[in-house]
Amino acid sequence: MTTSAATVRERTASPASPYALSHLDALESESVHIFREVAGEFERPVVLFSGGKDSVVMLHLALKAFAPAAVPFSLLHVDTGHNFPEVLAYRDRVVARHGLRLHVASVQEYIDRGELRERPDGTRNPLQTVPLTEAIRHHRFDAVFGGGRRDEEKARAKERVFSLRDAFSQWDPRRQRPELWNLYNGRHAPGEHVRVFPLSNWTELDVWQYVRREHIELPGIYFAHEREVFRRSGMWLTAGGWGGPKPSETVERRLIRYRTVGDMSCTGAVDSHAATPDAVIEEIAASRLTERGATRADDKLSEAAMEDRKREGYF
Amino acid sequence: MTSTTEQPGARSSTTTLLRFATAGSVDDGKSTLVGRLLHDSKSVLVDQLEAVREFSHGRGQEAPDLALLTDGLRAEREQGITIDVAYRYFATPRRRFILADTPGHVQYTRNMVTGASTAELTVILVDARNGVVEQTRRHAALAALLRVPHVVLAVNKMDLVGFARPVFAAIAEEFTAYATKLGVPAVTAIPISALTGDNVVEPSAAMDWYGGPTVLEHLEAVPESRPPAGGPCADGGPAGPTRFPVQYVIRPQTAEHPDYRGYAGQIAAGVLRVGEEIAVLPAGRTSKVAGIDLLGRSVEVAWAPQSVTLLLEDDIDVSRGDIIVPADDAPVATRNVEATVCQVADSPLTVGRRVLLKHTTRTVKAIVEDIPSRLTLDDLTQHPAPERLVANDIGRVVIRTAEPVALDSYARSRRTGSFLLIDPADGATLAAGMAGDAFTGSGAADAPAPGAPGPGGAADEGWDF
Repeated sequence: MTTSAATVRERTASPASPYALSHLDALESESVHIFREVAGEFERPVVLFSGGKDSVVMLHLALKAFAPAAVPFSLLHVDTGHNFPEVLAYRDRVVARHGLRLHVASVQEYIDRGELRERPDGTRNPLQTVPLTEAIRHHRFDAVFGGGRRDEEKARAKERVFSLRDAFSQWDPRRQRPELWNLYNGRHAPGEHVRVFPLSNWTELDVWQYVRREHIELPGIYFAHEREVFRRSGMWLTAGGWGGPKPSETVERRLIRYRTVGDMSCTGAVDSHAATPDAVIEEIAASRLTERGATRADDKLSEAAMEDRKREGYF
Repeated sequence: MTSTTEQPGARSSTTTLLRFATAGSVDDGKSTLVGRLLHDSKSVLVDQLEAVREFSHGRGQEAPDLALLTDGLRAEREQGITIDVAYRYFATPRRRFILADTPGHVQYTRNMVTGASTAELTVILVDARNGVVEQTRRHAALAALLRVPHVVLAVNKMDLVGFARPVFAAIAEEFTAYATKLGVPAVTAIPISALTGDNVVEPSAAMDWYGGPTVLEHLEAVPESRPPAGGPCADGGPAGPTRFPVQYVIRPQTAEHPDYRGYAGQIAAGVLRVGEEIAVLPAGRTSKVAGIDLLGRSVEVAWAPQSVTLLLEDDIDVSRGDIIVPADDAPVATRNVEATVCQVADSPLTVGRRVLLKHTTRTVKAIVEDIPSRLTLDDLTQHPAPERLVANDIGRVVIRTAEPVALDSYARSRRTGSFLLIDPADGATLAAGMAGDAFTGSGAADAPAPGAPGPGGAADEGWDF
C-alpha cells in the first residue's frame, strides 16, 4: 500500500467539533480560572504590573474575570529607576482609568539608602529581587501574580502555574508540587507565598494575537518609532540618563521597536517597521530569534541566569 | 454588554489547542522525538539552537544534542537527566500544541500522572528493536488509568531494523491488544525514526508501505476534547454530566449593579443553557439559569471548558465549593470516597492518616480509612492490604470526608472525578485521586472483551470528560 502525503493529510483530517474553542478562547478561559482560584483561596493577592505587554494582558484578563465587579487585587510595580518614561505614563493612566491601587517598590530608593549597590555593568534587573521580596513581606501578600510565560526561557518552562516560595521568596525547582488536572494547590505556611502565573501556557504570539483581538492598548514603544539608540553587545539600547552611551559608543537615530519592556540598561530594541498589532504579529511569526534572545542582555549573563535569579526570588 | 445567541461552532474557525504528553524511557529516544518535533516544525529559533550547539560543543559533542532543548535546569544539563515535567509550546498553521514533556526514568509514575492529567493524547515510545517491554505496559496502564482519550504508539528506531514492516506490525498488534484490554479506546501506531526524522513531521521515503499519518499530521488531525456531555447528542457527543463548580461569587454592589450576584467558574463538563433547571450541591437546592455571562458577553449557551458567570433566578445561598448541576443529573454527594490514588509525595500515605481532600473548588477534611490494595503496574495485579503507599505507588483507597463531596466517577468525568490529597501540616500535595473503578475493565487479566459493558456503562461510549 503506497499513499502519498497529500492523501494521508486528507484522510486523517476530521472536522472540528462544533464545541471546539479557538486556542485563544481556551487560553483565556484557563487564565480566568486561575485568577478566580486565587481570588477564592487567598487573603492578600497582588498583581505584578510593569506596563509591559504580559502584565497588561494579565490585567485585561483580571478585569474580564471579575466584571462587572472591580478587580479584587492591587498592583505592584518594581521600578528599577531606569524605566521608559512612556511606560510609566501608560502605567499611571491605566491605574487611574480602572480605579486600581498601585504599590511601587523602588530600586532607586534602595540604592539611595545604600541598601543596594549599582552593578559595574549598570544592569538593574537583578537588583529588583530585594525590593520585590521586601514589598511582598511588608504588605504580607500571600499570592503574587506574575506575567511570566513558560515559552520565554528554559528555566521558566519548568515553572508551575502555582509556584510556592519560602519566606525568602526562593524557588527550588527540585521541590515543586506536581500540578495535576486544574486542581491548583495554594496551601502555604504563614510567611510563605505563592507566585501565580496565569499566562504560563501563552506564547509571545498568543499574547499579540490576543492584544489584536481584544483591542488592548499598549505603551507606544512596542510599535515602530524613531529613537536615539546605540549599539552594545549586539543590541540597540536607548541613550539616556541611566548611563549610556559610553564615550566609545555612538548614538544614531533609527526606526525601532521593543519586543519586551524592562530596565533600559538591558532591554534592547529591534529594527522594525511594525506600527500596528497586525504588523507586529507578521514580524514575530517571521522572526528567527526568540523574544529574550533578541532583546534581553541580562539573560545572556550566564547559561542559567534566569534560573539563578528565580532561585533568589525573582519572578 | 450585548446579548448574542451564540451557537456551538460559531468561533471554532481559527486554530485550536491540543495538549499532549510523551512517555518513554531514556533510551527510547523521547528527547530526540521532542527535539525533532520542535525542530522540524520550525519552533526552535536560531538563538536557542545556537545555545544548544555551543553547550554541546563545550562538552565535546559533535552534533547539537537536541535533548538540551528540553533540559532547562542547571542540574539537568550537568547530569544529563530530566528532573521534572516541562511544558513546551509549538504551533503549525492548523493547531497550537502544549506538550507536557515528562521524564522517562526516575520517579516515572508521578511525573507521567502529572503530564497525563491534562493531556488529551499520549505518545508512548517503543524501541523497534526491543518491542513491547515492561515499561511500555506501565505507560499504557497509566494512560488507561488517567483516561487519556487518545494514545499514539510511536515505534521508534525503525532505521535500526531496516524499516521492516513485519517488525512494526508485530509490535503494533501486541500493543493494541494489550491497550484494548485495559480499555484504551483508540490506539494509533506510527513507525518512526526520531533520529532521521522519518514519519515525525515529514512522511518517510524509506517506509512507503506505511499509509498512515506522520506523528505531526496525527497531532494536527486528532479530534480535540470530545463534544461536551449533556448536550443534544445530534453531533454524536456522548451523554454525560454537566458540571459547574462555583469558584467565586461576583457581587459588585455598585450603583450600576446594585443587585448583581453572579457565580463565577469554569464549566468542568457538559453544556449549560439559559432556562435550564439546576441543583446546587451538596445542599441540593434548585433553581433555574437566568443568564450566562461569557467574560463580558451575555450568551444563551456555554460549554466546557469555558469560564463563565452564571446568574440564577432565585436568590439562594451559593458559595465557593458548591457545584451547579442539571436538576435531573446530579452526582450523589457522599462522605465515603472509594478511589484509585497515585502517591506523588515522598512521605507515605498510611491508613488512619488525616488529610485534606481537594475536589474542584472544595477542600474538606478527610481521613484515610483503608488501603485495600496496591496495583502492580507491570502485570496489573492487585497486591492486597499494603498498609501504606509510598512515592509512585498506585493503590485503591477508602477515604471518609468530614463533609459530603459531590464526586463523579473519574470514568464519567475527568474534571469532577479527580481530586488531590493534601498534607494539612505543610500543604504538600500527597496524592492524585481518581474516584471510582481504576480501569474500564477490572484489570488486564479478566478485563471484558471489547464491546462488553464495563462498570462505567456501555463500553462503546469510550471515555467522556
